[in-house]
Amino acid sequence: MLIGIPRETRPGETLVAATAKTATQLTQLGYDVVVESGAGDAADQADSAFTDADIRVGSADDVWAADVVVKVNAPTQEELGRLRPGATIISMMAPMRSPELVEQLSQAGVTALAMDAVPRISRAQSMDVLSSMANVAGYRAVVESAHEFGRMFTGQVTAAGKINPARVFVVGAGVAGLAAIGAASAMGAIVRAFDVRPEVAEQVESMGAQFVEVELESEVSSDGYAKEMTEEQQQATAAMYDEEARAADIVITTALIPGRPAPKLITAETVAGMRGGSVIVDMAAANGGNVEGTETDQRVVTDNGVTILGYTDLAGRLAAQTSQLYGTNVVNLLKLLTPEKDGQLTLDMDDVVQRGMTVTKDGEVMWPPPAVQVSAAPKPVAAKAGPAEEEKKGPRLTERGRLSLVGALALLLFLLIALAPAGLQLNLTVFALAIVIGYYVIGHVHHALHTPLMSVTNAISGIIVVGALVQLGFDNTAITILAAFATLLASINVFGGFAVTRRMLGMFSRS
Amino acid sequence: MSIATASYAAYVVAALLFILALAGLSKHETARAGNSFGILGMAIALVATVTKVVDDGLDALPVVLLIGAVIVGAAVGLWRARVVEMTGMPELIALLHSFVGLAAVLVGWNGYLHTEHEPHGLEARRLAVEDLLGVHSAEVFIGVFIGAVTFTGSIVAFLKLSARISSKPMMLPGKNFLNVGALVVFLALTVWFVADPQLWLLVAVTAIALLLGWHLVASIGGGDMPVVVSMLNSYSGWAAAASGFLLDNPLLIITGALVGSSGAYLSYIMCKAMNRSFISVIAGGFGIEAGPADDTDYGEHREIKADEAAELLADASSVIITPGYGMAVAQAQYPVADLTAKLRAKGVEVRFGIHPVAGRLPGHMNVLLAEAKVPYDIVLEMDEINDDFPDTDVVLVIGANDTVNPAAAEDPGSPIAGMPVLEVWNAKDVIVFKRSMATGYAGVQNPLFFRENTRMLFGDAKERVEDILRDLG
Repeated sequence: MLIGIPRETRPGETLVAATAKTATQLTQLGYDVVVESGAGDAADQADSAFTDADIRVGSADDVWAADVVVKVNAPTQEELGRLRPGATIISMMAPMRSPELVEQLSQAGVTALAMDAVPRISRAQSMDVLSSMANVAGYRAVVESAHEFGRMFTGQVTAAGKINPARVFVVGAGVAGLAAIGAASAMGAIVRAFDVRPEVAEQVESMGAQFVEVELESEVSSDGYAKEMTEEQQQATAAMYDEEARAADIVITTALIPGRPAPKLITAETVAGMRGGSVIVDMAAANGGNVEGTETDQRVVTDNGVTILGYTDLAGRLAAQTSQLYGTNVVNLLKLLTPEKDGQLTLDMDDVVQRGMTVTKDGEVMWPPPAVQVSAAPKPVAAKAGPAEEEKKGPRLTERGRLSLVGALALLLFLLIALAPAGLQLNLTVFALAIVIGYYVIGHVHHALHTPLMSVTNAISGIIVVGALVQLGFDNTAITILAAFATLLASINVFGGFAVTRRMLGMFSRS
Repeated sequence: MSIATASYAAYVVAALLFILALAGLSKHETARAGNSFGILGMAIALVATVTKVVDDGLDALPVVLLIGAVIVGAAVGLWRARVVEMTGMPELIALLHSFVGLAAVLVGWNGYLHTEHEPHGLEARRLAVEDLLGVHSAEVFIGVFIGAVTFTGSIVAFLKLSARISSKPMMLPGKNFLNVGALVVFLALTVWFVADPQLWLLVAVTAIALLLGWHLVASIGGGDMPVVVSMLNSYSGWAAAASGFLLDNPLLIITGALVGSSGAYLSYIMCKAMNRSFISVIAGGFGIEAGPADDTDYGEHREIKADEAAELLADASSVIITPGYGMAVAQAQYPVADLTAKLRAKGVEVRFGIHPVAGRLPGHMNVLLAEAKVPYDIVLEMDEINDDFPDTDVVLVIGANDTVNPAAAEDPGSPIAGMPVLEVWNAKDVIVFKRSMATGYAGVQNPLFFRENTRMLFGDAKERVEDILRDLG
């Protein structure tokens, strides 16, 4: 079958649905590929790049006559008219928000697969364009902010004085947020981040940021019904946003709620309280923005000198990279749709991934698909912030907790030894010290040697033979017999344990 | 210098040698020296004790018994150590634990017979003067209790590990209540015994402890055995320490405490590797949490034949093998070692990734691979190798299931969510050796088997690896 890669017609669009590399991968699946002349110009994929890779470059008519057309943006009415009936079109379509497009696709009698409707299950991650784009956009958001910011990100001490590192606050730790955290901390900034899902704290910290926690005066209700944030929690969260934003040089917001306008998290008052020269990148601008004062696709400078960027084409600003990722997502999808690698596209409506992204099939409306079983679906990767459940994870040992634990144990030990008769005190001392020594000695044992360790401890716990031997000397037949039996058992341990350890250790060899 | 002071000094030296023995085991290079330190320490302790006992005056019969018991014990121990299969190590270790437990019970009983049972005897009067008689009674009681729990617990672990009884967790109604109840009764009886050391109380506590040990381990499933074995290791140490208190012997106390804390630390490492709390392991297997509904559609799994697998391996430049308990069951470590040698000879980089709880014993897989002469420097632990999977061409999963389950990392609703796993799915190709599509110990379906880069190679792991070896030529 022939795959056509057209030039994007949306004004300002820089992306292309295939690069020379991914087009080659498509041919390896058995397809013929034709790329419209000039399609990749804005993404560093000149026509020559394609022809060098033995990919045919053709006219728009060649491309639109193909069996499968792959593009980035949803097809326009005019483009749909150029499609052959029975052809397949693959692009981002936002079918949930554009019922009229679904209608047009159906009238055109085509099969339409929406790249942005891939179910968020682990198996489909390799085709998830939203994650790919969010990743690039998060990175670019940091680059844009650095460009606007009049100072350095990294801290230095120079002969001309000290440079303080920039302070970056990232709201929402989804794919975009985490990418922004990674980029900003790689540039040397101090990064702090918040997300309403406390369980992402670990991911945030792994990317090099500090996770901001909302301090609550009252305990969170633990009855499992606390789906909405209480007023108190909302206030505490709002106060945290205000405080963090005012302290920051750069604020990057990524909070989205699926199917709803983006939550307003940073108020105009907070923006007015920020230092002049600070930069806000509102990555939710396409959905109304997280910041009061954001204008979609605009750069706004407030009266107090704060720059608010509402760009919605952040991914497109790294066209070569995003096109490569998008193209790879497409290749992964076509791998799934071409199980025989024979260039024949087959749709399996029993597969949740394929079913989930099918908007129309030969003109028949398939949208919306049945819900994917929840148990197979990990929670959405998209950054979410705003009113949501505030959960507390299991108690983590803080420094204070650790101190009080040690304190309690010390007190217990003190009481135990203080109350013990004098004859027992020495034994308890020895016991306590030996436990601590044991803990530290074992802590360094290599994982591979755990089995020999156990057999050695087996052997040395045969030291109980010493006790049995002492008792052999007691002048009582019953005791002597029991002690002899204990000696026998413990001897098995001592000799068996050491011998088997020796045998095992002899087996370990270096290459 | 009297014999008494000399023997005390010998005990201190022996205790230090034991610490050196454990410290030596921290590295491959020093492990053998560590073992020798342990043997030396034990020899010093035995010589010192025997000298002291003989010096205190010993009749002919006890001397004969002593020599006889040590010779028989040594013979049995050395014989078992020589013939044991490395796959049988978990059973042997469990059995050895049970011996320590039983010995501690016997020593405790002897302590009672020698002292409390003869209220007008020398020892009893001496202790009464020092006001330590109550302490002695408590020590007897605690020692017998811990020893008996260790004894039956280890016996059950041994039976389960050697498949003489089913490794399924036994589910008695109110099992937690039974465990806690036994502890409460033990405490009450201890108080009673200290006030009035009657023989029947000692019999009662021995019986309760024996039952508790049995029940405790019987209600834990086979896959939790790494934790159970290290926990019993810890108990056997505490039992020895309790005997040390009873006999006022510092060497026993030190050694017991060393072994006890080492076992506890190992249990902690194992629990962390399964992302479960110690309490939840002790309280029973995964069975309590209902598994996820099995109607989830994971898609189709793909099969591969041995010759295709051989081709894939021959073309690979880097291979990681992640073995699990299934490799031990199938005795596949020898062909796996041959495969490793063959691939390395062809210039393929082969390494092993070992999950901390793979197998039935901490470090079990390492010992098996060492037995088959796989060099230990290509056997890496999970944390060392997890980042390397994306750059790996082929991963061979041999007899592992839960430890390579992507659901642990990706599906928060999974019963094993949050458990650190080997991220094999990031490699280019994954070949899973498996008997059938059955679930692992946790009863959780493994989405790995349905990934696009995963192929299943069904059958006995040993035979399949041998097939691949043949096809590699």
